[in-house]
Amino acid sequence: MITALVTIMVLAALAGLATVVTAGAPEEISLADRIDALLPQTQCRRCTFAGCRPYAEAIAQGAADINQCPPGGERTAKALARLMGVAPKPVGKEFGVVPDHPAVAFIEEEACIGCTKCIQACPVDAIVGASRHMHTVIAADCTGCELCIPPCPVDCIIMRPAPTVAR
Amino acid sequence: MTFPTTPAPHVVAHDSVGRVMRIVIYALLPTVLLHVAFFGVGLLVQITLGVATALVSEALALRLRRKPVEPFLKDGSAIVTAMLLALCLPPLAPWWLVVSGTAFAILLAKHLYGGLGANPFNPAMVGYAVLLVSFPVQLLQWLPPAGMDMEQVKLSIGETVQTILTGSLPSRLTWDAVTSPTPLEALRTNLKMGMTMAEAQAAPIFGTLGGRGWEWINLATLAGGLALLGLRIIRWHIPVAMLSAIVISASLMYMVDPGTYAGPIFHLTSGASLLGAFFIATDPISAATSDRGRLIYGAGIGVLTYVIRTWGGYPDGVAFAVLLMNLSVPLIDRYTIPRIYGHAR
Amino acid sequence: MTASELLTGGLRLEAHKQRSTKAPIRIASLAERYVIPLDQHSGLSAVPLVKPSDRVRMWQPIAQPAPGISAWLHSPVSGEVVAIEPRPAPHRLGAPTLSIVIANDGRDERFENAAAIVSFEQISPTEACEHIGRAGIVGLGGAAFPTANKLESSLCENGPQLLLNGAECEPYISCDEMLMRERAEDIVFGGRALLHALCARNCTIAIEEDVPEAQAALLRAIEKAGDSRIRIKVVPAIYPAGGERQLIATVFGVEVPHDGLPADIGIVCQNVGTAAAIARWIRDGQPLVSRIVTVTGDGVTEAGNWEARIGTPFSSLIVDSGGYTERMARLIMGGSMMGIPLPHDDLPVVKATNCIIAASALDLQPRSAEMPCIRCGNCSQACPAFLLPQQLHWYLQPFDGDQLARHGLLDCIECGCCDYVCPSQIPLVERFREAKPLLTRELDARLTADAARARFIARNERLARLEAEHRAKLAAKRRPRNEPTS
Repeated sequence: MITALVTIMVLAALAGLATVVTAGAPEEISLADRIDALLPQTQCRRCTFAGCRPYAEAIAQGAADINQCPPGGERTAKALARLMGVAPKPVGKEFGVVPDHPAVAFIEEEACIGCTKCIQACPVDAIVGASRHMHTVIAADCTGCELCIPPCPVDCIIMRPAPTVAR
Repeated sequence: MTFPTTPAPHVVAHDSVGRVMRIVIYALLPTVLLHVAFFGVGLLVQITLGVATALVSEALALRLRRKPVEPFLKDGSAIVTAMLLALCLPPLAPWWLVVSGTAFAILLAKHLYGGLGANPFNPAMVGYAVLLVSFPVQLLQWLPPAGMDMEQVKLSIGETVQTILTGSLPSRLTWDAVTSPTPLEALRTNLKMGMTMAEAQAAPIFGTLGGRGWEWINLATLAGGLALLGLRIIRWHIPVAMLSAIVISASLMYMVDPGTYAGPIFHLTSGASLLGAFFIATDPISAATSDRGRLIYGAGIGVLTYVIRTWGGYPDGVAFAVLLMNLSVPLIDRYTIPRIYGHAR
Repeated sequence: MTASELLTGGLRLEAHKQRSTKAPIRIASLAERYVIPLDQHSGLSAVPLVKPSDRVRMWQPIAQPAPGISAWLHSPVSGEVVAIEPRPAPHRLGAPTLSIVIANDGRDERFENAAAIVSFEQISPTEACEHIGRAGIVGLGGAAFPTANKLESSLCENGPQLLLNGAECEPYISCDEMLMRERAEDIVFGGRALLHALCARNCTIAIEEDVPEAQAALLRAIEKAGDSRIRIKVVPAIYPAGGERQLIATVFGVEVPHDGLPADIGIVCQNVGTAAAIARWIRDGQPLVSRIVTVTGDGVTEAGNWEARIGTPFSSLIVDSGGYTERMARLIMGGSMMGIPLPHDDLPVVKATNCIIAASALDLQPRSAEMPCIRCGNCSQACPAFLLPQQLHWYLQPFDGDQLARHGLLDCIECGCCDYVCPSQIPLVERFREAKPLLTRELDARLTADAARARFIARNERLARLEAEHRAKLAAKRRPRNEPTS
């Protein structure tokens, strides 16, 4: 009996050791990091937080629900539900409409007066331009958050379907 | 002129799950035959009961799960499960043992997890483990093999059926007279009583290679297993790894102390070593899936089998070894993804 | 690592080539109209050089390559351009593709291309590449990748190794075998031209072990040419040994990196048909306006190989082959493992059309009902890319992008070996084909999200730093200056 117990325990310990050795050093990944990795990183603030990272931290602390991300849509809500171990639910209407296609901002350049307000609003530095010079959106870097639209004094920013990435 | 279109490839081999299972069943027949030759027709009764239970349970589970019944009944996987479980039971075990074990295997171990292809544990071994834990006494009541001067206790076919169905022997016999431990069990008991290995193996239950009778049944199993290998129903990785692991473990301990530990040949030809290596551990659904993974999986079963046999609380360890390694399959699969073409190792 | 270790996997399949290789290559009869799709090569569509109602002569360029990866197109006959309009084509099923339609006047008046015939040894390798491009030559093995683009990307100073692919491993297709048997000299000539254009050191012609006539013909042609740089390598007749990456592993014992090209390891692979087309252009001035097409299967009366002009309707080739038998059931372009299923035969022969299978129920065994996967692993034994299709299938439902990427879904070459051996009759390749774009999109989205996150973090750090600097400056201004007292 004792030998059996000891043998099985030794084997289990060996197996555990092997697992640890082959797995390498365990990475310290916080819950907020794991949630953040699932978010689309649009930084649009539609979730009512100041970006994807703050939203991730709020979920991790239980201060926010998993259905507050319209750009992520059903996919993200599902993935978050799975990670958090809660029932999946559709994105809340109060946070905005789930877009059918990804979109990017576009500046109608004739109308732009070069006020730099949109540059300050862009959370991912995707707008280039200088004071009193025409601005433009780098389509590849634009996340389609629409935060640049309200500040524009001449309403020259519109949303367009995102260009497909050529591979 | 228009033609229907179907996606490529436009030809497939004529293979089916049913064919695979049928060949496994045929390959088990030599084992069954020799088993009957040494222990009487009890096994045939057990197989009949088991297969009937398996088919009924399978049909019931499929009906409850709203799945088509016919194709899954025809695939033969339930029959294989029932046969493997029946082969592990004593030939005269009462009917409710094989029936409850098979029903448990099919309903709980197989269909509760999603049916064919989704069961993480080998259903036959789950059924056996449940029976062994619940009814250890009945499961260890083996018969002496033929050729041991016990002809007077031989049962006729009618008596066998009657014994299995009623659970009691014909009035002229007692259980003590007709039962005998399996060689592995006998060895364990004898060693516990302080005998040396030579004394312990002098009993008439031991034959030339391993247990009397068992050695021949196991050779038949080996033949069936080699046929499966030749027909490419199974591949060599799991049997070779498992048997090598048993041989290596047994040889090491035998070299340390031949007086206390049985040799590798005895371990190979006793208990369910060969049945396990060729028919149980090779169940692909619950086994690791890459070549390297299968080597690890088979070796793990071999080592655990030896450990449980030698130091554990049960005479044979194949069932628990298989279940324990089933448990580690996701982990093994995770670490044994083969190198893909064009990727660095 | 030995070659045999590299090419595990694959299948020995029944070749089904006896019927189509009995008769020599025949010339297909001429059709009234020829439809030339502008996008029949990989890359970008060609740009038309002609307008409707223009007269064109045979071999006249009718479309030029778009900038980038693209190819020239030439008229296969003399006649009139009747339309430039979307037409159904076998390589783009679903949506009709813009095509030039030419009415044949039956006179075959030839367009004189003075610059066509050259002695290739007298022009520089770069010029030779460009010259080959002007013939509209594309890879004739099935992928139709523009040859000039491939050669340009493979030019290297130390000279690559040239591999001519005559390993026609897919069942039913026999156009390359017949070409090697009858036109071995063209292949050797083309091989020498390619050696020159690439500054290549040597040329290996890979050929399967089960085509002895073709081997003998090639050996004779090589001997006649007296070029010691060209050799023959016999490879086992295993499907898909003729796949470019698989063949390179078999012949040279090296693997092409998963994210690279054969040129990255100093190898250029061309189909033997491509080499023969190059020979015809350089020697005879004939651009790529025709190719050899195998028409076979139990659904046609007489199987065989036809030299068909590009744009010939399939229906005309079927008529040449004696028409459909009453057992005709399915039409396939390509081989039985990777061929494209076609809904009708009103489609033009394109440069990639190597074979047309008119299949009866005898050729195709209908798939039985699908059963769950039993993880038997037959698929992973057959997979030439060393994948675990059983695991990929497991991670498809529900879709697990991480695991699919780890298990190499994007490395699947869709050869169909796993499907072929699956006892559960699971249409694995079809599922993988559908899942690949989803996975690509998911991985792309992840890359974009990572970039956006990095920019967001960088911006927040920058704003915090500027804010801190600003405060420090303000604080420094507010602090009363300690004027040195005298």
